[in-house]
Amino acid sequence: MSVSVRIDECNGCADCVPSCPYGAISMEGGSAVVSAECTMCGACVEVCPQNAIEMPQSEPADSDTASGHGIWVFAEQRNGEIASVVYELLEAGRKLADKIGEELGAVLLGKGIAGAADKLIGCGADKVFLLDDTQFEYYRDDHFTAAIAALVRAYRPNIFLFGATTNGRSLAPRLAARLQTGLTADCTELDIDVDRKLLLQTRPALGGNIMATIICQYRRPQMATVRPKVFPRAEYDPGRKGEVVAPEIALTDVDTRVNIVGAVTEASDAMRLDEADIVVAGGRGLGSAENYRLVEELAALLGGATAASRAIVDEGWAPYASQVGQTGKTITPKLYIACGISGAVQHLIGMRSAATIVAINKNPEAPIFSVAHYGIVGDVVEVLTEMIKTLKKLK
Amino acid sequence: MRIIVCIKQVPDTAEVKINRETNTLIREGVPSIINPFDLHALEEGIRIREKHGGTVTALTMGPAQAGEALREAVALGADDAVLLSDRAFAGADTLATAYTLAKAAEKIGFDLILCGRQAIDGDTAQVGPGMAECLAIPHVTCIRRLAVTETEKFRVERMTDDGYETLEVKGPALFTVIREINTPRLPSLRGMLRAKKMAFEPWTAATINAEAERIGLSGSPTWVVKVFNPPLPDGQGEVWQGDSAENAAKLIAVLRERQFV
Repeated sequence: MSVSVRIDECNGCADCVPSCPYGAISMEGGSAVVSAECTMCGACVEVCPQNAIEMPQSEPADSDTASGHGIWVFAEQRNGEIASVVYELLEAGRKLADKIGEELGAVLLGKGIAGAADKLIGCGADKVFLLDDTQFEYYRDDHFTAAIAALVRAYRPNIFLFGATTNGRSLAPRLAARLQTGLTADCTELDIDVDRKLLLQTRPALGGNIMATIICQYRRPQMATVRPKVFPRAEYDPGRKGEVVAPEIALTDVDTRVNIVGAVTEASDAMRLDEADIVVAGGRGLGSAENYRLVEELAALLGGATAASRAIVDEGWAPYASQVGQTGKTITPKLYIACGISGAVQHLIGMRSAATIVAINKNPEAPIFSVAHYGIVGDVVEVLTEMIKTLKKLK
Repeated sequence: MRIIVCIKQVPDTAEVKINRETNTLIREGVPSIINPFDLHALEEGIRIREKHGGTVTALTMGPAQAGEALREAVALGADDAVLLSDRAFAGADTLATAYTLAKAAEKIGFDLILCGRQAIDGDTAQVGPGMAECLAIPHVTCIRRLAVTETEKFRVERMTDDGYETLEVKGPALFTVIREINTPRLPSLRGMLRAKKMAFEPWTAATINAEAERIGLSGSPTWVVKVFNPPLPDGQGEVWQGDSAENAAKLIAVLRERQFV
């Protein structure tokens, strides 16, 4: 299946040809022809000045758009503390809810976490759906999916947002499959088509080489996981009023085949890489494993987290959990300082949306300088040592 | 133990370049590779087979050329491979893809399914959990260690946002793996010779008894309405050469001004 060109309306302008990210369109006999490479991404439909290209679309028999109501946010928590991304979801969710005149709800699961509901309301939630029980004390795919699916079926929200955290990216797809609805991963922009109450979900794809805007037209809820640290945080207003709902959800038939037998919190002193506003990263230019301590020291002085390129993770100078890049983490800090990192594309994929990028590298041709806002060409060990010295004097 | 490893043939996204004049992707000459995370999944499957016996079947959904990825999987050590290929599968989003792969897995039969954490073109990390849900089996994402403790019981270490967690899982189960789990081997000569001789008869929607409204475009609730280029880094940054001590001090001054310090 592919998009189809209405030959009568095609004027042969060929604007569609370069618009196709898959090279699936060519001109034959003065009209556009679409090949089997077409993935129906829709880029050409947008571009055609004659509106001559159409997508094969039809509203399915089971379309249930009429029934959705309200925007929900999954209030992920760990050890009683609400995950920081949730405040970003509340801010984004509040704006969307106001645009379509619907309620913002937060879904809070845990044990003994009723106290956190107040924080969620203060940050924008009109309603908090609270499920407080021993079985929700620690995140569990099975229990959480069952409980939240039951909540969704009972209350039928229109839109449901999750943080694209490790747990969020495990829960959301399982839940979406159970509810047979659409889910978009790792959104960096959210908007809403007010007339159709359709969430416009924008996210990077192809390793960040393109951006795609996606909709879920005929199923509800419209689900999305949202990249942390992209949206601003909601501010707490103690005067905000809201309702806490403790629904009676029957969960007798959760087939538990997974048991948590142990947990280790690593890097307890260093901040969580995906939550950090400031990240200092090291690469092969550091020269040796010992020099990584300079990265750690600078991060500590700036109150930031440490990260590493794949090259030094492979060498064992830094743990995999700190790897940034195509096969590691993608982060969006306010400040990213790349020390001795050349800036190979695989690494850039993981950090190029950082708000401010600083690069230190002895090679003036290093590709990292093409994305850096500030760059220092020099010996990374020397520069870091000097920076640390200067910062210590300031304290 | 019957192990299925899901693999995907993807463009090497690190090689994709933007044509600055037309602002479009240059897709010619971009090599197709097995998704890097899937190589780790395949390696893990082979290790489990080496330790506990059984078979490793590589499974992929794609156009006919995805057969090349299967051939590579066999060269690396998979016993056999299944190519799901049908025009009816085209346009599938992650939900439809998960369903299609799940139907194939059901037909093949399995005790363990291994997937890479995410594909480097879609970057969604959604198909693994979606497949597990379709098959009504437990799943664990981002595992860095896998052990078989008894028949049908697995012990895994799962990466969390602030560390790791150890879980015991009753099979059959599906796991998605991260790079840390192993170092993939290189293809063996024997494997390459075997792979050369293999023919992959495509499995179609009929082969797997798929419901038409759950595959391909019809089975995809999500829909791309727009594709555009991200703002390109403008390379307008300041680059300072010269004395390191001076530059270091200059940088600190800038960071202070920007309120990072």
